[in-house]
Amino acid sequence: MSAPVTAPAAAAWAVAASVPDPELPFLTVADLGILRGVEPVDGAVVVTVTPTYSGCPAMAEIQRDIHRRLIQAGFERVEVRVALAPPWTTDWITDSGRRKLAAAGVAPPLAAPSPGAPVPVNLGPRRGPVPCPRCASPATTQTSAFGATACTSLYRCHGCGEPFEYVREI
Amino acid sequence: MDHDSAYNALSEASDDRRWAFGTGFEDPLAGVDASVPAGVAGPSLATYCLMLGDDALVFSHRLQEWLTRLPELEEEVAVANIALDLLGQARLLLARAGQADGSGRDEDAIAFFREPRQWRNVRLVEAADADFAQLVVRLLVFSTWRRAVLDRLQASSDPFLAAVAGKGVKELAYHRDFAAGWVVRLGDGTELSHRRTASALEAVWPLVDELFDAHPVEESLVGVAVVPTAVRAEFDEVIDAVLAAATLSRPRVARAGAVGGRAGRDGVHTEALGFLLAEMQSVARAHPGGRW
Repeated sequence: MSAPVTAPAAAAWAVAASVPDPELPFLTVADLGILRGVEPVDGAVVVTVTPTYSGCPAMAEIQRDIHRRLIQAGFERVEVRVALAPPWTTDWITDSGRRKLAAAGVAPPLAAPSPGAPVPVNLGPRRGPVPCPRCASPATTQTSAFGATACTSLYRCHGCGEPFEYVREI
Repeated sequence: MDHDSAYNALSEASDDRRWAFGTGFEDPLAGVDASVPAGVAGPSLATYCLMLGDDALVFSHRLQEWLTRLPELEEEVAVANIALDLLGQARLLLARAGQADGSGRDEDAIAFFREPRQWRNVRLVEAADADFAQLVVRLLVFSTWRRAVLDRLQASSDPFLAAVAGKGVKELAYHRDFAAGWVVRLGDGTELSHRRTASALEAVWPLVDELFDAHPVEESLVGVAVVPTAVRAEFDEVIDAVLAAATLSRPRVARAGAVGGRAGRDGVHTEALGFLLAEMQSVARAHPGGRW
């Protein structure tokens, strides 16, 4: 009979939270906001994560990585559950995550559209200016709505001339 | 470290293995609660999952065929991303279908070992695009329609479908914007690009009305499924706005005929689907049970 204990749960959270995202390895799953919960249930550690995009290939890797690190940290029974709802939004990226993104030269997301609001088709620019993460110039243009990973768009800065990625709001 | 196979080396257990994905496919329902809600008919729910999943899988495959053949690197990246989003939606829905119908078939069994008549996708997604204009016109039609359906499906009484829709609807807004941007650029572009986009509309349009046919399976799943007649008005509004900006208009062409009143949702397809499946399924059928 093992009652839920706070200290192991906190330790388990710390281990799970340290797992890096395979696509943006300077960010952890906690920074991204996809780690939704770590709870002791009947002596096991139950971790709940939520996917970023439906087809994100990093998801299976993240599940395995969380499982493996918790086992290595001495937790004997680990279960990783996936919560599809509520859907992930870039608003869940933490302040620390946003700072790490900018430090790595990736522009952090602007605010996501509020759920339930009408979604008109966009024929012009989809969003306001995205400041350059390198020189902070607001004079940037989107070169591609889609980037090398499911969650980014490509931009170019007219201030410093450098291209950069932007985590598009969703 | 396996020095003979880069893929084996990448997938060995070490802290670096996170750099490699795709050496195997995980069950997309691993860790997901996909149980059938009380009072919902499992076989009907399974068929509805196939409808939505087959649309996404067949269209994803056609989009993947474009890769390496698109006009610019940015379009390669965009179409690859869109195809990947749709593949992700399809995997969840196909795996769910195999659970809901009680057969226990996994996503591979459903994707690779069904005959054309067992596919439930609309016929719009079957043809290979003749040119880039057809790609963006078909994508505009598909993403506008599917986004509107998934938007309503978020209110489904089935938590699984509501969750898949809640995620997919955001992805499809990006797909729709991409397609709309290109339709406007081509339609309001040169004389040549305008003409080819108008031709693309004429080629795709006969299969549009079928998207809004109410199917008995959808109608039987009250509160669970979306009956697509409900999204016609929204679809027309979006399409008309995009076509107006593109200096194009809805073509006046006859609707593609059904066969004895049956079309894609009933397993009656164009011949293009057979060729597509023959290629898509060939490896799995040549090596049943094969793993990599």
